[in-house]
Amino acid sequence: MTDFVPAENAAASATPTASAKLPLLSARKVRKSFGGVEVLKGISLEVATGQVMCLLGPSGSGKSTFLRCINHLERIDGGRISVDGELIGYAARHGRIFEMNRREVARQRGGIGMVFQRFNLFPHMTALENITAAPIGVRGLAKPTALARGRELLDRVGLADLAGSYPAQLSGGQQQRVAIARALAMDPTLLLFDEPTSALDPELVGDVLDVMRGLAADGMTMVVVTHEIGFARGAADEVVFMDAGVVMESGPPAEVLDNPQNSRTKAFLDSVM
Amino acid sequence: MPKLPLVRPGPNGSVTDVPTPPIGVNATRERDADDIEAVPLRHPWRWVIAAVLLVVFVGVALSLWHNENVNHPTISKFIFDRRILDGVVLTLILTIVSMVISTVLAVLLAVMRLSHNPVLNSLSWLYIWAFRGTPLLIQIVFWGYLGLLYSQITLGIPYTDFSLFSIDTNTLIPAFTAGLLALTLNQAAYSAEIVRAGMLSVDEGQYEAAYSVGMSPTFTLFKVVLPQAMRVIVPPMGNETISMLKNTSLLSVIAVLEVYTVATQISSQNLRQVELLVVVSCWYLFLTSVLSIPQFYLERHYGRGNARVLPPTPLARVWKVLRPASRPGTAPIAPGAKTNGPHTNGPHTNGPHTHGPHTNREDAP
Repeated sequence: MTDFVPAENAAASATPTASAKLPLLSARKVRKSFGGVEVLKGISLEVATGQVMCLLGPSGSGKSTFLRCINHLERIDGGRISVDGELIGYAARHGRIFEMNRREVARQRGGIGMVFQRFNLFPHMTALENITAAPIGVRGLAKPTALARGRELLDRVGLADLAGSYPAQLSGGQQQRVAIARALAMDPTLLLFDEPTSALDPELVGDVLDVMRGLAADGMTMVVVTHEIGFARGAADEVVFMDAGVVMESGPPAEVLDNPQNSRTKAFLDSVM
Repeated sequence: MPKLPLVRPGPNGSVTDVPTPPIGVNATRERDADDIEAVPLRHPWRWVIAAVLLVVFVGVALSLWHNENVNHPTISKFIFDRRILDGVVLTLILTIVSMVISTVLAVLLAVMRLSHNPVLNSLSWLYIWAFRGTPLLIQIVFWGYLGLLYSQITLGIPYTDFSLFSIDTNTLIPAFTAGLLALTLNQAAYSAEIVRAGMLSVDEGQYEAAYSVGMSPTFTLFKVVLPQAMRVIVPPMGNETISMLKNTSLLSVIAVLEVYTVATQISSQNLRQVELLVVVSCWYLFLTSVLSIPQFYLERHYGRGNARVLPPTPLARVWKVLRPASRPGTAPIAPGAKTNGPHTNGPHTNGPHTHGPHTNREDAP
């Protein structure tokens, strides 16, 4: 394996500003079309380790699609995305770039957690089994270790006493918190949230947002697609406003939310606030 | 529509919040002034239809019993005959073995059919097309008479004279094996479509969630998709098992000694065709009844997580009847009206313990 060039090195050598502060997530001119309709028209953005980025924008603006591209649930048509210096979906070998096979993609996804709008818990497993299935089955963690860690995570999201409950027995807010614990169980370097509170009753949103604020405070790197302007204002380091597959405006929440420069950002914020 | 108000309006027109104990939990509670005392709905036509049917059934049964063409002692003589019992055992073995192997094949075919690999996809399509498109009876005869097509089966390198071994087809595939092969390969084609339907019933979000935690497609299939698909797969597969049990009788055309073949052999000697058909029918009915028991428990097992309350087992049901105290009350108001009146908009707590008085454990003996 002497001629094998690890992906990190390849990506690092491609960027001259290496060593010092590599962004954890870097997207460059990401393009994606569905059946001839271009939904992402060259998205470029960076998220540094420990930062929280909120993606705002009207529905259909490509926020969710972009998020799904980050963990390769969608294959990008142009540009490049790298997480922790590793290209997503591609590996560099012998100085050339190869498309990853499904096993390599799965390994890569293990380091990027994702929380879905519709929770997507496994209905045939208890809360604890939902959390431990991947660490045991994918990472090969010993069962007692995984169970202990699973209980710890459930405690962290405030559901320690519901380990044995099936998703159908939990409220939406509880399900979403289990889903967050499930994503955390793989020790991801990056957590993606796809409108995590959109399917929740208003009085349950707070519990989920509290957990997310806690994660942000603990230094977790997060990309959050959300309509919760309050959360973006309080927890985000950077807010990105997208519309029609393009980044319209980005910056600290105080700038983008309180003093938007772009007319479309203004119109959107007026309609949601 | 009855004009009776379910909840009396309070003095200012609002609904009074009467703290009523949960209904259905404790049937022995004292009557409340607000409880409705109504005459239960009667169903007189049910009794009429039941009576008519009873008369018809008794008539048919008596005419069969007194039919002089049926020799009853022959039936009782042969029902536990050694040869018949051997046939029953062989029928069961054929059913179980062919169902098990065909199910494994079916999962493979279904996965191939849903795969993005065009080669595997077409291969699966071709298999299902061929085995579902020809009659089972013809497939059975085909495998039974394979020796007519290939008298020798040789393992070697194609288009050369080299051969590892060569064996007579009829030695390699005796009647039993041919029958098993025919039933299994045919069933796999049908079961594959059932498994595929089950897999399609699993939400796309489940794949995404599994992939997002780093599960490989194969791991996702076995740990996430198939366990959920089973809920949809089990009922039609129970159907197929019962169908298979009866289809084994077709193997009589290649002289596999299952119960129907044995019965026809006996009746060709003693000329008691009807009696032996009755014997065989009794056995088939008995076996199909027995086979529906594991189906119930399989459905119950794979239903967990989908229903908040699992259906009680037959044992639990018997227990419930024997202990009338645990029977739900007969008050004509639907359960679910909890301590805060049915029309109040109290805060909905969403814990697992608030979905009514039922829990999984209530039905456990």
